[in-house]
Amino acid sequence: MNANEIYEKIRNKFEDAIVEFKSDAIVEPYLEVKPDRVKEICEFLRDEPDLAFDYLMCLSGVDYANGTLGVVYHLYSMKHGHRFVLKVKVPVENPVVQSVESVWKSANWHEREAYDMFGIIFEGHPDLRRILMPYDWPEGSHPLRKDFQVPEFYNGMKVPY
Amino acid sequence: MATFEITTRSAKGDLKTDTMILNMGPQHPSTHGVLRLELVVDGEIIVDVIPHLGYLHRCFEKHAEQMTNYQQVIPYVDRMDYVAAMGNELAYVLAVEKLMGIEVPERVQYIRVIMAELQRIASHLLAIGTYGLDLGAFTPFLWCFREREKILDLFEITCGARLLYNYIWIGGLSHDLPSDFGKKLKDFLKTFPKALKEINDLLTYNKIFIDRTANIGVLPADVAINYGCSGPMLRGSGVKFDLRKNEPYLVYDRFEFDIPVGEGKMGTVGDCWDRYYVRVREMEESLKIIEQAWEQIPAGDVHAAIPKKARPPQGEIYFRAENPRGEIGFYIISDGHSSSPFRVKARAPSFVNLSVLPEISKGYMIADLVAILGSVDIVLGEVDR
Repeated sequence: MNANEIYEKIRNKFEDAIVEFKSDAIVEPYLEVKPDRVKEICEFLRDEPDLAFDYLMCLSGVDYANGTLGVVYHLYSMKHGHRFVLKVKVPVENPVVQSVESVWKSANWHEREAYDMFGIIFEGHPDLRRILMPYDWPEGSHPLRKDFQVPEFYNGMKVPY
Repeated sequence: MATFEITTRSAKGDLKTDTMILNMGPQHPSTHGVLRLELVVDGEIIVDVIPHLGYLHRCFEKHAEQMTNYQQVIPYVDRMDYVAAMGNELAYVLAVEKLMGIEVPERVQYIRVIMAELQRIASHLLAIGTYGLDLGAFTPFLWCFREREKILDLFEITCGARLLYNYIWIGGLSHDLPSDFGKKLKDFLKTFPKALKEINDLLTYNKIFIDRTANIGVLPADVAINYGCSGPMLRGSGVKFDLRKNEPYLVYDRFEFDIPVGEGKMGTVGDCWDRYYVRVREMEESLKIIEQAWEQIPAGDVHAAIPKKARPPQGEIYFRAENPRGEIGFYIISDGHSSSPFRVKARAPSFVNLSVLPEISKGYMIADLVAILGSVDIVLGEVDR
C-alpha cells in the first residue's frame, strides 16, 4: 500500500483529526494529525489488518524554531513491508501529546528522550522521567530546544571551560 | 516439624524473603562503558530491572546542528557505535545522499559494501569474544581479537585509522583502495573460516557455555517487534527480517546470501544462545558477500560525486540501514538554505534493543543477567549518543 491509500483509509475514519496531508513532500509524504487524537489513530494503524503497522521505527522530537514543537512517528509494517510518516505539532507553551507507549512499547524510551530533550509532555506515559540528562538537571531546561542557552555553571563547575 | 520446599528457580514458599535493591554497574565488561542497572531482587531471583543511562551522553544531535556543513557530522557519527563506525557513517551518508539525490559511482558502492561487511565481522567478533568473557571464557576472547586485528589492519592501510574512520564521504570515499588491499583481503578470506571453526569448537558448542545461555532470556517474536528490536536481537527470535534483503540499499541485491535466524537449536527460540549463534552465522554470510563483491568490483573514480558543499533542498528523510547491532536510522531535516542540518535524530539500535532488557530478565537469577545483557550486545556510545 502506498502513502495515498493509507491516507484515504485514515481519512475515512478520522476526518476530524486530520490537520494536513502532504503527498508531494520531498523524499517522503507525511500526515499531520491533532495531538489529542494520535493514540487512537495509532491503534487503528496497528490493528487494521491491511495496514498492520506493528513496528515503530523511530519517534523524534523536533523544535521548529517558530514556537512550535513536533513529534514525528516513522511506522513500518513487518507483514506488508510498507511505511508511513505521522506528525503532530504542539505550541511550545502547552506541549502535550498523547503517549503511544501502550500501542508500541518501543515508544517508551523514545518518548522519554523527547521529553528530556524538548520538554514535550506525553500524556498517559507510565514513567515519564528524564533519560539522558542528569537527575539534577534544571527543571524546564531542554537542551535540543533551539533557544537553549548553555548554563555558565553546572554543579559549581564553569561550563565553557 | 516444619518442612521447607526449596526450588532452584523460585524463592516462593516458606522461604519467602523481602525484596532488596541491588545496583549493578556503572561498569560491566560487556557494556563497553557505563550503564547502571537497578535490580529489585528476591533472594537471587530478579523481580525487576531498571536501566539508568546517560553517563556518556555527548550531545551528538546538538553538535550536528552546530556544524558548518553536513560532511563535518561524519566524525561525530563514527563515535556513536565506535566498534562499528563504518556502518554508522554509511547510514548517515546514504541518508544525506538520498535527500540530495546524489548517485554515486558503482565502484564506490562496492567498496562501501565490502567495508560494511568487514566491519560487521569485526563487530561480531568483538561481540562473541566479550560474550565468552562475560561467562568466564578467556581464550575465545583472545582468538576473536586476533582475527579482528586483521580487519583493522585492512582498514588502517585503506584510510589510516583503526577505530574511527571518517572514510565514507557524502558522494564518495576519502581514498581509493591501496594497491595491496586485494592480496591482504584474500589472505583474510582464506584463513578466517578456519579460525571461525576453532572458535566454534571452543565456545559455541561448549557444554558449559550452552548451559549458561540456552533457555535464558527468552524473547518471543511478537514482543521483539513490539519493542522495536532489530538486528541479531530480532532475528534470534526467529523473525526473518534484514534490511539488506527487505529494503536493499547500495548493491546488496546483487549478492547471494542467507539471513540466519534463531531456531532454538539448544533450547527455546529467542534465547541467549540463539542470539549468539545468529551472530556467528552472520559472519559466514558476510564472508560470502565480500567474496562476491570483490569478484565483481569495477574500476572507476571514488570522488566523482563529492559536492564541494553539501546543501540539500528543503525536506526531510528517514533512512535506515542494517548495522551489526541492528537498524540504524537517521531522521534528517534540512531547511533548504543553511548548510548544516536543522535536526538530526539518530535511531540507534542499542538504545532500542536495551529497552527490552527488563522484559526478558524477570524471573532469572542475577548471574543469568550477565548472560542476558551480554547477548543484547549494546555499545554504550550509541545508547546515550
